Amino acid sequence: MSIDLSQFYEVFFEESFEGLDIMESELLALTPGDTDSETLNTIFRAAHSIKGGSGTFGFSVVADFTHELETLLDQIREGTREVQTFHVDLFLKAVDCLRDMLNALKAEEEPDTSLSSEITKKFLAILNDEDIGDASTSPAKQETAMDQPGAFGFFDDAYNDPIKPPQQNSSSGSKTWHIFFKPEPHLFKTGNEPIFMFLELADLGEMSILANIDNLPPYHDLVPDDSYLNWQITLVSDTNKDKIEEIFEWVLDDAELIIECDEAETVETVETVETVETVEVAADTGPAVSPATSQPVTPEPVAVKEQALPDTETPVIVKEKENKKNPEATSIRVSIEKVDSLINMVGELVITQAMLSQYGEGEFTENRRMLMLEGLAQLATNTRELQESVMQIRMLPISFVFSRFPRLVRDISQKLGKQVELKLLGETTELDKTVMEKISDPMVHLIRNSLDHGLETPAERTAMGKSESGTVTLNAYHQGGNIIIEIIDDGKGIDPQIIRTKAIAKGLIQEEDEFTEQEIIDLIFLPGFSTKEEVSDLSGRGVGMDVVKRNIQELNGTVEVNSKINQGSTFTIRLPLTLAILDGQLVTIGGNTYIIPLVNIIESIQMTPKQVNNVGGDLELFRQRDEYIPILRMDQIFNHEAVIESLTQGILVIVESEFGHIGLLVDDLLAQQQVVIKSLEANYQRVEGISGATILGDGTISLIIDIGGVISLAGLKKQHRNKMRSLNDHQLVV
Amino acid sequence: MTNKQLAQVQNQIDHNENNQDQDQYLTFFMANEEYGIDILSIQEIRGFDATTTIPNQPIFIQGVMNLRGTIVPIVDLRLRFGLEQIPYGDITVVIVVKAKLEEGEKIIGMVVDAVSDVYSVNHTDSTRAPDVGEADNREFLKGLVNVGEKMVVLLDLKKILTFS
Repeated sequence: MSIDLSQFYEVFFEESFEGLDIMESELLALTPGDTDSETLNTIFRAAHSIKGGSGTFGFSVVADFTHELETLLDQIREGTREVQTFHVDLFLKAVDCLRDMLNALKAEEEPDTSLSSEITKKFLAILNDEDIGDASTSPAKQETAMDQPGAFGFFDDAYNDPIKPPQQNSSSGSKTWHIFFKPEPHLFKTGNEPIFMFLELADLGEMSILANIDNLPPYHDLVPDDSYLNWQITLVSDTNKDKIEEIFEWVLDDAELIIECDEAETVETVETVETVETVEVAADTGPAVSPATSQPVTPEPVAVKEQALPDTETPVIVKEKENKKNPEATSIRVSIEKVDSLINMVGELVITQAMLSQYGEGEFTENRRMLMLEGLAQLATNTRELQESVMQIRMLPISFVFSRFPRLVRDISQKLGKQVELKLLGETTELDKTVMEKISDPMVHLIRNSLDHGLETPAERTAMGKSESGTVTLNAYHQGGNIIIEIIDDGKGIDPQIIRTKAIAKGLIQEEDEFTEQEIIDLIFLPGFSTKEEVSDLSGRGVGMDVVKRNIQELNGTVEVNSKINQGSTFTIRLPLTLAILDGQLVTIGGNTYIIPLVNIIESIQMTPKQVNNVGGDLELFRQRDEYIPILRMDQIFNHEAVIESLTQGILVIVESEFGHIGLLVDDLLAQQQVVIKSLEANYQRVEGISGATILGDGTISLIIDIGGVISLAGLKKQHRNKMRSLNDHQLVV
Repeated sequence: MTNKQLAQVQNQIDHNENNQDQDQYLTFFMANEEYGIDILSIQEIRGFDATTTIPNQPIFIQGVMNLRGTIVPIVDLRLRFGLEQIPYGDITVVIVVKAKLEEGEKIIGMVVDAVSDVYSVNHTDSTRAPDVGEADNREFLKGLVNVGEKMVVLLDLKKILTFS
């Protein structure tokens, strides 16, 4: 009858982390003196579910810890105590601590209790400050509880070793508690099991139990689903009534429960219990007890006597190791709505399929052909809709990422002594989950940078005539097939002069190199660049921006920075909405079909000889309006046999790149279509200039061009760029 | 159970025991030489289909093939061994293997002249390839084995299919 609870762990952890996130964001909304009961209730509910869940799963370290947190919350909620800043700080620390503990448990490791017991002490200190009446939860006791993590292992082997001996023997201050517990017959139907409660009680102190089986019907009348027993429990413990009640919390409505306290320090004061038959509670709780197993009356009604718990007892976390080792395996919560719409579409697809197969049978006539074509058109619509819906499932609002930043900003600004206001815009903008997971770290880095390097201290700001508190704005919106995320601060901006000096000092550029201001600012994305003199733990190890840029590029995205001195900086991240599907332009190069991502293409042009200039022999430029665009002969770059004889026979596809506009010379343009991106690396290896492959309608494979890679293949280097710029500058002057 | 059946069972058991020290190899021909690869690494054998060329790759990479939705690179084993390429025809065979490489398991197709046979080879029967000096292909060889009158060259897939 023991249930393998481990199958629910995943859900528990997920919900708990979600709960922690909620607690965190609500805590941040909590201001000293606040009495907004809704906020407090939300926090309390989240904490309570975590406590309940962890108790159920036997993670008593977490449950105990959350209990203290909850006690303080409860007092605040009920108005007996006012919220203060240090409360919020402590709660936030506790949230972090809980997160660490849960992570450890998830990874099947022993959670580190040093931090949690420290925080518990602080909680207790707060609780005891004004409320000596609740002294029963003394710090000493708490510590012992904390030092024995996960000591409640009922579900791994509850029935072989049913009653866990108490954690600590009755110390001074112990009281004798008499508990009478008589559940209603339907107790088991509510999914409760008394033995678990008793086991929990046993953890509180030394316990003895008497079961009263008077109500047990004759064997043939016994309904196995009903509970007939009641129990008299004697508990010697330094606990308080609340704690005991809490154990029975779930069954209060379904049972008669009397808890009485005997202040005496003795153990054997069970006179209240008279002639009752005792049974071993441990082995045969509840209805399964047959009269035959009951023992004769004993004057000393101690049925279960506990022994000291050996320290070597392995704690709770016992489960299969193999399938839990992959922390990357994540899940998505999908709204029923989205699932329903999927089911609808699949339904339509099935109907269309049935229709088509009907038309396909029998003699084939012109009339049928028409119907068939209609059906195929229907199929195309269905497929496209289905594809969109499936993609929708992967889309989550970006608030999932944004929501962690208020906390981050709060912590950092406190550390830096800066006043920061964080504005979040476009939180409902949807983004693919995979992209979302990978964009979070670069964003953290950028925000840290803005706070650390960008924003000034209040004094500096006042001197500049700005308001004391700086503003960091996170903005997300869709643009074409991209999502744009902006991180805007109104700080001191990036000084090109400082960057330049620094870059020269680091040998990244030469003294005589000429750069525009924008190009100098872009130098911050070079590896090994950090302008902050002293290395702080926030940012400034010089591993920052280049890593950010690389991470974003791995997602086929770009990052740009715009900055004005004393007005602030804006970092703009541009990402594709999804990594799985791409709008592509099919082209032929040397007779082979390739795909150029449509998002990169600006226009496609057939050139006239007059528009082509030759510079320095090897660089061909296409002059368009006021701009010179370098021409890359794709057949040469990819070493294919040339199909076109001259530049003017082919078509120049002008694309956007980090070098500005680039013209890719291809043989011909084919159709535009959506393609599913497949990895070339899965079975082969990385290919320069190719970002992936796809399978076209006729089953052939077509490769997707990676513009950045093509540029480096072409060896389009800085000297070319400089040459071009001087040309372009010249053009502007003329 | 008759004695005959018993004998059969005994035989099978013996056979199975033998198998523990045996490896099975699929052999194929290339330029009249017979080569063997571990049969457990083979996923399927199929005819040659059109491939898509990958730009700027070593000459022995024929391109990629669509194997029921999976992108599979095709290696011309003749070119890989520095032999002369022969034109592909209807009987050109691609052996698709699942090779455990450094970067993980990869599915790769190898173009060979013709598939030959399956042999069981005792561990003890295979000998190390003789030191043939500076020969280019020596690194691909795992060992040599005599099957009847013939000599079969056992290949090291990992070496053959690691391109860099």
